[in-house]
Amino acid sequence: MSAAPPTAIVIGASAGAVQALSDLLPRLPADYPLPILIVVHVPAAPSGLTTLFSAKCAVAVVEPDDKEAIAPGTVYFAPPGYHLLVEHGLTVALSADEPVLFSRPSIDVLFESAADSLGAGVLAIVLTGANEDGSRGARAIEQAGGRVLVEEPSTAYAAAMPSAALARCSAARALSLDAIAEHLLSVGSR
Amino acid sequence: MDAAVNEAPAEPVEDIEIQLLLEALYLRYHYDFRHYARASIKRRLRQARDQLGFDTFSAMQEQLLHSDEMVGRLLDYLTVQVSEMFRDPSYFRALREKVLPHLRTYPSLKIWIAGCSHGEEVYSFAIMLLEEGLLDRTLIYATDINPEALEIARSGVYPLDRIALFTRNHQQAGGKTSLADYYTTAYGRAVFDKKLRAQVVFSDHSLVSDEVFTECQLVSCRNVMIYFDRPLQDRAVGLFRDSLTRRGFLGLGSKETLRFSSHVEAFTDFVREEKIYQRSER
Repeated sequence: MSAAPPTAIVIGASAGAVQALSDLLPRLPADYPLPILIVVHVPAAPSGLTTLFSAKCAVAVVEPDDKEAIAPGTVYFAPPGYHLLVEHGLTVALSADEPVLFSRPSIDVLFESAADSLGAGVLAIVLTGANEDGSRGARAIEQAGGRVLVEEPSTAYAAAMPSAALARCSAARALSLDAIAEHLLSVGSR
Repeated sequence: MDAAVNEAPAEPVEDIEIQLLLEALYLRYHYDFRHYARASIKRRLRQARDQLGFDTFSAMQEQLLHSDEMVGRLLDYLTVQVSEMFRDPSYFRALREKVLPHLRTYPSLKIWIAGCSHGEEVYSFAIMLLEEGLLDRTLIYATDINPEALEIARSGVYPLDRIALFTRNHQQAGGKTSLADYYTTAYGRAVFDKKLRAQVVFSDHSLVSDEVFTECQLVSCRNVMIYFDRPLQDRAVGLFRDSLTRRGFLGLGSKETLRFSSHVEAFTDFVREEKIYQRSER
């Protein structure tokens, strides 16, 4: 376990994402000290996620432009049709490369880029979903020294995605949404 | 614990290898990817390495330096972006409704589509201009660095399974005709009408190393600069600024912005939500 608090949090979610994120994000205080980057599989633009969560959350919620600086206490949703990557120097890089596992944005792409640029400073969270996106990326984060939390598959809306992540990441912990929320608050309170 | 210690140096080595590979590509073939955004290019290079069957980037570099055949294959991984005809229909609608009325006042027009890849955007522009009665007085420069991509663009042939999407986009973009008027089908492919490219010059041009080659009223460069780092983005925007006429227009991708550019003061927002800018008075 790394003792230092993370530099950034990355979250991936697919089927059932809105409900799961609604359990987590509104609990964060406006002065939450970490940035949160999120990939949700959404079919088409405009996704509406930013509007939806802006209304529910104390933290800022944005859909970033390319090369935007990543700021604390802000939630960044991957824009529909673009991969969201973390660049060295903590800026956003977008890409319109081919979909990965039929998805653009792809959770693996976000997680792997975060592992490359932030190494052990990443806390990754894999939530509900019916595919296996995120599992490769979660493994890359684990190998780079970061931490992986996974929504407990038995209580997730769709178990496949958290299960796939657990299968690939030996050190990942499966937690309830409540426990994940508590963890988010605790890493943000140090 | 031991594993973590052993694995830790792996990342820097890969970064060094990538730097050396890009340097080799530049020194040997003059393709310059050294200022591409690192996160994306790393992903593409890893894909190339795995699919071309190399264990390391160093092994790839060895092959690249000593065999001419590697460069084309690598270039395909580094440059290919599949777009759509009328991608982001609201962008084309804004061009049609807000930009073309200005361009109409010119006796002749030049439009530069920078980084045209397979040409989807070129045909979109040609169709829109034809529908607006402007095509015959317009010259379109379509540029890219990948010769194979330019060849596909020049051919105007696309897989038939993409046509449903193109058609939907065309309608949402305010298309006045049926897209089917512009192509014929054969062997699972849609072949776009030659008359659409009668006014198009396809040409090799690099935003990294080449200079301004024409003066034009509109530059469309979408989802190309997201692959560049900030200094290279500045270079490209500088080229666009220098090639635009007074009050000329620049269109970017939906998530691209001039906010972080050193040339931001040379432009004003024209249609803010569509990332269409206008060259300020100079």
